[in-house]
Amino acid sequence: MKLYALNMFQPVGERPPPEVLDPIMKELFEIRRELEMAESWVFGAGFHEPSASTVVRVRGSDVVATDGPYTEGKEHLGGITIIKVQDLDEALEWAGQYARITGLPIEVRPFQSEG
Amino acid sequence: MEVERVFRREHGRAVAVLVREFGDVDVAEEAVQDAFAEAVRRWPVDGTPPSPAGWIITTARRRAIDRLRREAVRGRKQAEAALVAGEAVDEGAVPDERLRLIFTCCHPALAPATRVALTLRLVGGLSTAEIAHAFLVPEATMAQRLVRAKNKIRDAGIPYRVPREADLPGRVGSVLAVLYLVFSEGYRAREGELTRVDLCAEAIRLGRVLAELMPDEPEVMGLLALMLLVHARRDAREVGGELVLLADQDPGLWDRKLMEEGRSIVRRCLRWGRPGPYQIQAAINAVHSEPPTDWRQILALYDQLSAVTPGPVVALNRAVAVAEVEGPAVALGLVDGLEIERFYLFHAVRADLLRRVGRNAEAADAYRAALDLTENEAERRFLRGRIREVTRAGG
Repeated sequence: MKLYALNMFQPVGERPPPEVLDPIMKELFEIRRELEMAESWVFGAGFHEPSASTVVRVRGSDVVATDGPYTEGKEHLGGITIIKVQDLDEALEWAGQYARITGLPIEVRPFQSEG
Repeated sequence: MEVERVFRREHGRAVAVLVREFGDVDVAEEAVQDAFAEAVRRWPVDGTPPSPAGWIITTARRRAIDRLRREAVRGRKQAEAALVAGEAVDEGAVPDERLRLIFTCCHPALAPATRVALTLRLVGGLSTAEIAHAFLVPEATMAQRLVRAKNKIRDAGIPYRVPREADLPGRVGSVLAVLYLVFSEGYRAREGELTRVDLCAEAIRLGRVLAELMPDEPEVMGLLALMLLVHARRDAREVGGELVLLADQDPGLWDRKLMEEGRSIVRRCLRWGRPGPYQIQAAINAVHSEPPTDWRQILALYDQLSAVTPGPVVALNRAVAVAEVEGPAVALGLVDGLEIERFYLFHAVRADLLRRVGRNAEAADAYRAALDLTENEAERRFLRGRIREVTRAGG
């Protein structure tokens, strides 16, 4: 089995209103249940907005924390799901379901270690 | 050379079997390469073995096991598994694993150019240098592209199998697109490049393999028929370095055998009644293969093609048929509405229509626009000839 991260990229900006978001969240919950039943679920969660991020760097001998994300962009990583499946085709299939539900592009990224 | 010919033919099958057994494209490819080196040494002395494929696979398998034993860290488990699986192959019955290999090489997770290179390398058995030369890129660039591709297959976990029924149409489409790209590259680049591998012939060879492995896929057969029918006209298309348009070609120079084979596949496709873009294009070329051309039938086929794959290029080709059925003025109206000004054929077709309605000055401009967009010498000579012609005629 292999581990894959499904990285969901979303545009920066306002969150959609509840009447749009709620049905999506419900479907996302269902797909999580399916993944769990298939024993493919490892972990998954959405991120807060990048404005909640803090970056830590080494400056000389000090470690300095600064407010904000590592890079500013039009899109940011909105959430990740980690799955354990047979191969890329299976991972792409699950990713496709996430993409259909959210309408967002999903990056399928293999982990170096086996699942 | 005999060894080389046989080897190229059996390369895909050998690599495919070894990938299956060792689970690693790189190990498989290197082992088959070693087996080839051994064949070059031994076959001329010992004679070609009765089952070249079996010989290559047995030899390559031994080499792969040796290599994995040396690289004990990751190898021991795999090498032992392969040893347990049994060293002796029944040399008469080599399993045909090529279909898996083809689907892996043409996986949509790989970039299209990479799919092409990987398919020619692993399934087609072309050397990296040959592929690099065929696509006019430095050998080092091509080698790097192939290494990256093999790494991605391993790291991303691209599976080594035939896709499920549900995914099959899309995935077959990706395989066909790869073969068609190889063929088109060969078609476009034929002139004056005698040292290049004949990519058209390679694409047809791979198309035949695919047709043998998936004989019930109409589009697989459609693409093979299309390539055969187009390839059959290769000697008539260029005479003495001059490009000859289809209408002016000498049918005596067409390859009858390829044409008949192509036509018989088209007839088989028609009986299936599951048309697709490749089958329709093959049918169009089948009609062209029986002069005088029945342009009404061609136009009907282009109508069908526009319905399944709409787009400006199909519309442009359809306009050529319209010119024959309804006249160049009507066709010109269709062509002028298309937005494909970066496409050389757009200007060439438009120029021809302008010439035929007597608007020679505009025709000359359009021929010049076409000239700027092609680097193919035969095409350029043809266009320069036409420019002289319309300039002399004036108007």
